[in-house]
Amino acid sequence: MANLLSLVQNETLKVWKKKRFAVIVLVLLVLIPIFVYAQLKISQNNAAKFADWRSVVQQRITDNMNAIASDRIPEEWKKWRRSLVQQLQYYLDRDVNPDTPNAVTFTATFLENSVTMFIPLMVLAIASDLVSSERASGTIKMLLTRPVRRWKILTSKLIALTLYVSLIIPTAALLSYLIAGLAFGYEGWGAPVFVGFRVNGTAIETSSVHAITQGAYLLMEMGLVWFSAMTVAAISFMVSVLLQSAAASLVTMMAAVISGAILANMASSWSSAKYLFNVNLNLTSYLQGTPPPIEGMSLGFSLVVLAVWGAVSLTTAFAVFTKRDVLN
Amino acid sequence: MPEYPHAPNDVILSVQHVRKVISGKPIIRDVTFDVRAGEVFGFLGPNGSGKTTTIRMLVDLIKPTDGKILVCGEDVNRRPERALRYVGCIVENPEMYPFFTGWENLEHFARMQPDIPFERIEEVTRIVHLDKRIHDKVKTYSLGMRQRLGIAQALLGKPRLLILDEPTNGLDPKGIKELRAFIRELADQGMSLFISSHLLSEIQLMCDRVAIIARGEVIATGPVEELVKQAGSYTVWQFDKPEDGRSLLEGSPEVALVRENEHRIDEAYLNGLPGAIVALMDQRTIPEWIKRFAGEGIGVQAVHKVAPSLEELFLKLTEGESVG
Repeated sequence: MANLLSLVQNETLKVWKKKRFAVIVLVLLVLIPIFVYAQLKISQNNAAKFADWRSVVQQRITDNMNAIASDRIPEEWKKWRRSLVQQLQYYLDRDVNPDTPNAVTFTATFLENSVTMFIPLMVLAIASDLVSSERASGTIKMLLTRPVRRWKILTSKLIALTLYVSLIIPTAALLSYLIAGLAFGYEGWGAPVFVGFRVNGTAIETSSVHAITQGAYLLMEMGLVWFSAMTVAAISFMVSVLLQSAAASLVTMMAAVISGAILANMASSWSSAKYLFNVNLNLTSYLQGTPPPIEGMSLGFSLVVLAVWGAVSLTTAFAVFTKRDVLN
Repeated sequence: MPEYPHAPNDVILSVQHVRKVISGKPIIRDVTFDVRAGEVFGFLGPNGSGKTTTIRMLVDLIKPTDGKILVCGEDVNRRPERALRYVGCIVENPEMYPFFTGWENLEHFARMQPDIPFERIEEVTRIVHLDKRIHDKVKTYSLGMRQRLGIAQALLGKPRLLILDEPTNGLDPKGIKELRAFIRELADQGMSLFISSHLLSEIQLMCDRVAIIARGEVIATGPVEELVKQAGSYTVWQFDKPEDGRSLLEGSPEVALVRENEHRIDEAYLNGLPGAIVALMDQRTIPEWIKRFAGEGIGVQAVHKVAPSLEELFLKLTEGESVG
């Protein structure tokens, strides 16, 4: 019996030698400084205009109030702005700066913004051709004619994928922290963040709001990002089993992820769209208390939808991979 | 030293009434044959006859619709994790991971089998003469080197049965010769080899026994020489005075001349022999005939014994079928 551990070693090594992870790190190293620079400009701008952070928050509240009063803004947007105002007010009342520019808040913001597109794309860089590349290059004929059960081979690939996904997120966070620290300093782990905002109709419920440290907040965020990244990985894994060509599976998955971001932005009145996996990827928004894109979505709901999509994908992948004839 | 201890007549691979239907079409109708220990078994068929599909069923890439395939008594499709331990194979081209070195590729496949020590990887590397380049990336290898790496990979687990699918494809004549010697050496050590090809000449040079497949059915199985004899062999003459030579041959009742459009010799081969006369005759009488021509003042430039093409053999075999 070839044991599972050596199979996982094989699969991990293959992804590594294909330099996929190196590409991901490289992309992060190029992009993060750009965002850090943008953030630096914003802070400098604010610092020049306002002596006190309270005035910045007050200004944002006023801006949003004006928008709410306007007739030309659709009702969905108003709802979002109203909850934003309430949150900002909450921070102001408790004398906590929600936007302290430091490496930790930057990292948290970076993860929030990358959960729907950037992280899934990096996951796809590894997952999309995990099986289809073996088919395209013909190495699948070598792989499947060794004395190992097919489900074991697929399991080893899945474990390797999980390892890499679990590595991507801390790497992204770490790089972003290290690079942002150069500009903003490495402080900020203990700063308070308020979580537990709950959207209830048009109002924000603050009864369960409590403060946690920025560090704990970042950790929770990373957990949620991991969950949504794993769902993307599982679906992409299935597509990679089903489709012969690596390019086809990458394009299919990118289309799915991007269309999710577009759908979520349409603040849709099409309520059954909430069962699509791609509109549920933005799990971190629940932490901040942003109203969900579609009525009736909550953190629990999204977790269940994603889990179901992931489970169905993996079942399909295993069923097909273990039974299908290798004809080409 | 026999490395693969098995009595010579043990059946290593047994294929029993295998059928395969792919999307409603019967690709393999009935394939049955046995491969014994220490023999080189040829699997001959034109392209599209079901050769590749059969090979893929032997190594569990395709599940048969019906029938059974046993390797050393283990069912390949039910218990691949046991049966495939005895098998080394290269299906079509030897596809290895180009981003790995040769050595990393061998390590990769060694990890997929039980108990392959480090020394065995070194050993197979030496067997296929890749020691100098084994730590280079496979993407820098030539086709011949990839082929050898493929064979090294197949030999890792000391298989009882080695399956090679069209192994001479893409090799130069020197490489083909080396491969033939290598195959014989392995068979002498007691390994069974299963070699597919669409070229009769190749099978003739390499194999002890052969199964011939056409339209998804095995139409003949037996020792190679016997099958070739059944098909008959041509004698091709070249004279300095072709007309005189032809009339002398025509005069004899034991010789049948074959007209230009009726024989089944490779066209490319005949084009290299201008003015050649193709005859069917007892080849033991060739020396006598040469004397006769010399006596008549006709110079014999060349005599060739030419094996019929695969198509010819098929024709004979299928003729025999319809008569018998």
